[in-house]
Amino acid sequence: MTETNNTTPRRGVPIWAQVTIWVILVGLLALVGFGLKRAQNPMAQPGKAVPDFDLVFYEGYEHAGNKEMKLSDLQGKIVLINIWASWCKPCEQEAPELEQAWQLYKDGGDVVFIGVDYVDTPAGANEYLQKFNITFPNAPDLKSTISSILNRQMGVPETYLIDRQGLLRQVKIGPFASVEEIQAFIANAE
Amino acid sequence: MFAEFGYGILVVSFLVAIYGVIAAIYGAQNKSATLVESARRAMLLTFPLITLSAVTLIYLLVNDHYEVAFVYEVTSRSMPTYLKITAWWGGQAGSLVFWSFLMSGFASAVTLRKWDRDIEFLPWVIVVCSVTLAFFLGLSIFYENPFTRFWSVAGGVEPHMFAPANATLFTAADGNGLNPLLRHPGMIIHPPMLYLGFVSFVIPYAFAIAALVTGRTDDRWIRLTRRWSLWAWLFLSFGLVLGSRWAYDVLGWGGFWGWDPVEIAAFMPWLTGTAFLHSVMIQEKRGLLKHWNMILVILTYSLVIFGTFLTRSGVLSSVHAFAQSAIGPLFFAFIGISFVISIALLIWRWPELRSETEMKSMLSREALFLLNNLLFMSILVVCFWGVIFPLISELFTGQKVTVGPPFYQRATAPLFSALLFLMAIAPLSAWGHSTVQTLGRSMWKSAVAAAVITVALFFTYTKSIPALIGFSLIAFAILITLQEFWRGARARQKIQGENFFTALARLTSRNRRRYGGYIIHISMALMAIGILGINAFQTETQGTVAQGEELNISDYTVKYRELASWDNIGEGVNYTRAVVDVYRNGIYLGQLNPRIDYYFDAQQNMTIPGNRSTLRDDLYVLLVDWQPVSSNGATFKVYVNPLVNWLWIGSLVFFVGIIVAAWPDKDPETEVVRARRTVRQTSAAD
Amino acid sequence: MRKTLLITIFALILSGSFFGRAFAQDTTPPTDDEVNAIAKQLFCPVCESTPLDVCPTEACHDWREQIRTMLSEGKSEEEILQYFTDQYGDKVRATPPATGLNWLVYILPPTLILIGAIILFRSMREWTKPKTVETGVGGEGSATPSDRSDQDDYVARFEEELKKRK
Repeated sequence: MTETNNTTPRRGVPIWAQVTIWVILVGLLALVGFGLKRAQNPMAQPGKAVPDFDLVFYEGYEHAGNKEMKLSDLQGKIVLINIWASWCKPCEQEAPELEQAWQLYKDGGDVVFIGVDYVDTPAGANEYLQKFNITFPNAPDLKSTISSILNRQMGVPETYLIDRQGLLRQVKIGPFASVEEIQAFIANAE
Repeated sequence: MFAEFGYGILVVSFLVAIYGVIAAIYGAQNKSATLVESARRAMLLTFPLITLSAVTLIYLLVNDHYEVAFVYEVTSRSMPTYLKITAWWGGQAGSLVFWSFLMSGFASAVTLRKWDRDIEFLPWVIVVCSVTLAFFLGLSIFYENPFTRFWSVAGGVEPHMFAPANATLFTAADGNGLNPLLRHPGMIIHPPMLYLGFVSFVIPYAFAIAALVTGRTDDRWIRLTRRWSLWAWLFLSFGLVLGSRWAYDVLGWGGFWGWDPVEIAAFMPWLTGTAFLHSVMIQEKRGLLKHWNMILVILTYSLVIFGTFLTRSGVLSSVHAFAQSAIGPLFFAFIGISFVISIALLIWRWPELRSETEMKSMLSREALFLLNNLLFMSILVVCFWGVIFPLISELFTGQKVTVGPPFYQRATAPLFSALLFLMAIAPLSAWGHSTVQTLGRSMWKSAVAAAVITVALFFTYTKSIPALIGFSLIAFAILITLQEFWRGARARQKIQGENFFTALARLTSRNRRRYGGYIIHISMALMAIGILGINAFQTETQGTVAQGEELNISDYTVKYRELASWDNIGEGVNYTRAVVDVYRNGIYLGQLNPRIDYYFDAQQNMTIPGNRSTLRDDLYVLLVDWQPVSSNGATFKVYVNPLVNWLWIGSLVFFVGIIVAAWPDKDPETEVVRARRTVRQTSAAD
Repeated sequence: MRKTLLITIFALILSGSFFGRAFAQDTTPPTDDEVNAIAKQLFCPVCESTPLDVCPTEACHDWREQIRTMLSEGKSEEEILQYFTDQYGDKVRATPPATGLNWLVYILPPTLILIGAIILFRSMREWTKPKTVETGVGGEGSATPSDRSDQDDYVARFEEELKKRK
């Protein structure tokens, strides 16, 4: 065996090296653990506050005279955030219903609809907004910030309901089938 | 009935594997040969058990049992029988059973060997193999059960293993069908190869852990697993090559390697495995690097598990990833535990893994092997960092980033070039000692020849400096390796009086590991030609042309003739196939048929290139788009991929080389004795 | 009047030749190859790790058209890449833009490789240093073929092998 010709005293791994190794190992595991957690829960959790984000509306859209605003500016109101894209076929199904529903709420001033256009081209967006005659304010999802806050695995259309306190209340994945469904959805924020 | 049976067998084999772990640990601690023998038998029993379960699953797949969720997901009535069988590893649940099946096969094979002199390793090898096996079986049983069936309950159809209350079995009329991308022959062989490579790397790891636990830290574990490592490496390499071929034929992006996270995940254990194959030779010949070899084998195993985890947990986004799955946390825990235990064991035994000799010269072969290891580790660092960085970025900035091909290409190109250079000169250096003079004397002829070739290429083929450097290194490596064969054969010819070819054949067969290795080196250089060709010289063009019009690229002309679209109901596919004429410098070469296949069951398109392959280049034509009215024309994307064929030629040579190197000997023990010609005449191991 | 018009036209043509690129792009629509050359450097924002130039989805088709539109507006490659980054985030770039934390991508691997190389060379130096105490298993020196030329090494090996075979 090797031990027989040991002439120098046995040297173990120095403490600093051991510490480094374990720190790196734990760091790596923590990192992968974080990634795993993200992958397992990609969505914002209902009941929790939605982190703030900026909205820069498309040409011709505004909210209360603002062409740019933050989500936090809407505290005290019920906010429905509809995420869509012009290349998304199911989005087209719900677009007329959303606009109809908006007509029911827009004068009340208590409920705000915001369309967020997920990774889209300006030309496509413009065409889509005109085709369905959408009047509630719409903004592009710049740098994919909004979608990465709400759902890292965004599959448009998705609709998020935020209550007066800024807490996420309800999430709808896929298109709405009717105006009534949208109304029932909004009723959840009360 | 069948589903319960298959599931029951899985559970039994899981319990048997657990029993094996406990019996082996207990037996080793109490020096009870009976218990260890019992654990060994448990290990052996898992293989027929899992085979039985697998046969049940295949029976269900082949006979269209669409009440089983897995069968529904991966097969459909229109699929031919052989595809229904290979659909076994076409989905998450089935492929985990496939993993277990291979794992138990390999573990059984290794426990069947003669253990007389190494009996103290046996229980710990069983422990490592059985724990790994039990883990994968556990995933199948608790999370990804391939025998889950559909049940009609009040709220609709739900998948359950056993009938919920008031439920009736639900059988779908037809299945989803296998992902069309996976119906390619390359995809049928590629996963088994890759899994075989992964699984067989568990064996050297098991022996390394056994060596650490028992404190028998000489190089016995390396000698015992040398051939396992070689076979593991063979399978892994072939898995990678087949995967590349599949990507080239099916994915329709004109290349074979996209530096996708999942591709890299399979490539990383290959890197450490290759480093390991080289550095074990240093330990065998010179008794150096005991620590390093342990680290390498632990890394390889960890990367195998880590790669499997990445592919299957959804942590990384990739085109190749399996669907989202719940197995992530368990996998994560397993990785953490096995990594921590391995490292703790290594630190504990660190003092006993002392080198037995010292290095004599910076130019000795062992020094060059160390450099080789450094380079492989550097490539690993680049790959690992590129894969892991998006996670870091998201953690700290919330921004997703992509680390794409340009990063890897730029970072690894110099490292691969340096590897080529080392590959050329390392065989010339002697174990223990070399000087610049001895090295220079043996390499100058090849260096001159390589320079001549490079100059010739400069005038005839390319003026690109990086490409010329690449070609000169490739030529240098090939020439030196051929020169080594020639010198060896000449030496033998002189002593034995044989004719040259007999001498060459005998030389190779008597030093198979060495000359098999050289053949592999040549194959790597040949593959490098293909890789260099596509990276340095690929050209592409895209255009929409009407019938009779042409696209021109380098000296090729592609003329659009016609297009037809039809349904093949039997296969469940709609084919849209274009016919183009190919000319080079005005000379008609033939027709190509790029097509788009639309699979009804999977609702998915496949873009199949029309490819004309020569040693000089590939003309790779894709049908991108077409107008229903044919006069409007069709859009084609045409790539010219120079030299890419050498990659596949190289991989065939590689196959020959590794067969030479890894073929079992008649008597392995004499081979071992002969191999350790130098240095340590006395050792406890022999 | 006519003269001034002529001069204006002449000046326009002249300026056109100065800013020829913009002009040329106004007249001839950008080719697929020009579009793909830029799309190659971008990744599909919705599908996973697929370069934009080979991505077959409808959405990607729109993005390629977007590149074409911008090219015909005379936008430079850098402007187009920047536009895509601003719109869809850093993830659409094939490699992370070298800003902020992203520097780590480019710095860490070379640093680690350098550290690895230093460690390797230092330990090799240590190994190659002759040790003062040298006991143990038989003199290693005698067994290494250090002083023989390679050719003789082969001969010796085959002779040894021959003996073994007999």
